[in-house]
Amino acid sequence: MPKELRVELEFDSTRPIYLQIIDEVKRAVVRNILTPGEKLPSQRELALNARVNPNTVQRAYREMETMGLVETKRGEGTFISQDEGFLASLRSEMAHAAVQDFVRQTMALGLNESEVIQLVSEFFREAGVKGGSDHD
Amino acid sequence: MTEQMLVQTKNLTKRFGRVLALNDVSIEIPKGIVVGLVGPNGSGKSTFLKLLAGLVRPDSGTVLINGQKVGLKTKAQVSYQPEIDQFYDWMSVGDALDYTAGLVPDWNWEKAQELLGFLNLDQGARVKHLSKGMRARLKLAVSMSREADLYLLDEPLSGIDPPSRVRIIKSLIGGYESGRHTIILSTHEVAETEGIFERVVFLEKGRVRIDESAESIRAAHGRSIQGLFEEVYE
Repeated sequence: MPKELRVELEFDSTRPIYLQIIDEVKRAVVRNILTPGEKLPSQRELALNARVNPNTVQRAYREMETMGLVETKRGEGTFISQDEGFLASLRSEMAHAAVQDFVRQTMALGLNESEVIQLVSEFFREAGVKGGSDHD
Repeated sequence: MTEQMLVQTKNLTKRFGRVLALNDVSIEIPKGIVVGLVGPNGSGKSTFLKLLAGLVRPDSGTVLINGQKVGLKTKAQVSYQPEIDQFYDWMSVGDALDYTAGLVPDWNWEKAQELLGFLNLDQGARVKHLSKGMRARLKLAVSMSREADLYLLDEPLSGIDPPSRVRIIKSLIGGYESGRHTIILSTHEVAETEGIFERVVFLEKGRVRIDESAESIRAAHGRSIQGLFEEVYE
């Protein structure tokens, strides 16, 4: 729902705002807050709610269109892509990026591969954390 | 020159007595962007805006608006909002609008009505009874109800309550049409406004310290404009 997108768009202003808008939409898509084919808020609406310059929002929308994340239908608005393949690859790309960050941080602490894997398994077991999908 | 700049200053210098308020400022601003003019008190922000508005004459250097020297003709194209209150206490909000509408060549009543609604201003309220925040809203409604080429807003957010600040920022965004409006907004409260700036000019002791696009400040320095502001002026 665009409503949730709005709530989360508290930009941190140490990174270009248009990139943060794109990231926010990507995250919302991967987490199914925005579903394929769903309409995005209008550029003006988003600019007002996030209190950013409309040109910045325009740039974000333009780039999302170029990368295939959204589609603009003239006179109707901007919609999340319905290309399942693209959305699946987006999800895996973001998951890889998250894993990469995590691994870099743990390596920086001097842990090796098996230690990292062991810690992760322990963490899941102890915290009883359930992932997004239901494998054991 | 391939593209006509809306604002062009060259070696602009202005002294007040012994104080060098502006020192050799050369800036070009194209049409259609929102520029944040930031700096601590006394850095020359107000003087710079007054020079563009034609209220102060430079000691040396030039100011061009739409390629023309500042004068009667350019004054008609510029909506200048001073930091001080320009309305009489006996006026109502409606009077203040009528008064300005009669003075300027480019008043747009439709815009005025829209802004009054958005800023929650009551036409019948007396200026005397308005809170500081409401006065600030009224000033903005008056400045932005014109169809000017250039809007100069001197500290429109200074010393007012947060809800009024938010309303003012939102009404600037709501009324802004890409490529059409050019706004130069001076402020020393950067954190709240930085999202609406496309370009930021830092003034320090009358000189331009930094003049860069807002997004490239974030990308290149990895920090907010507020952060850079604190670093530069600490």
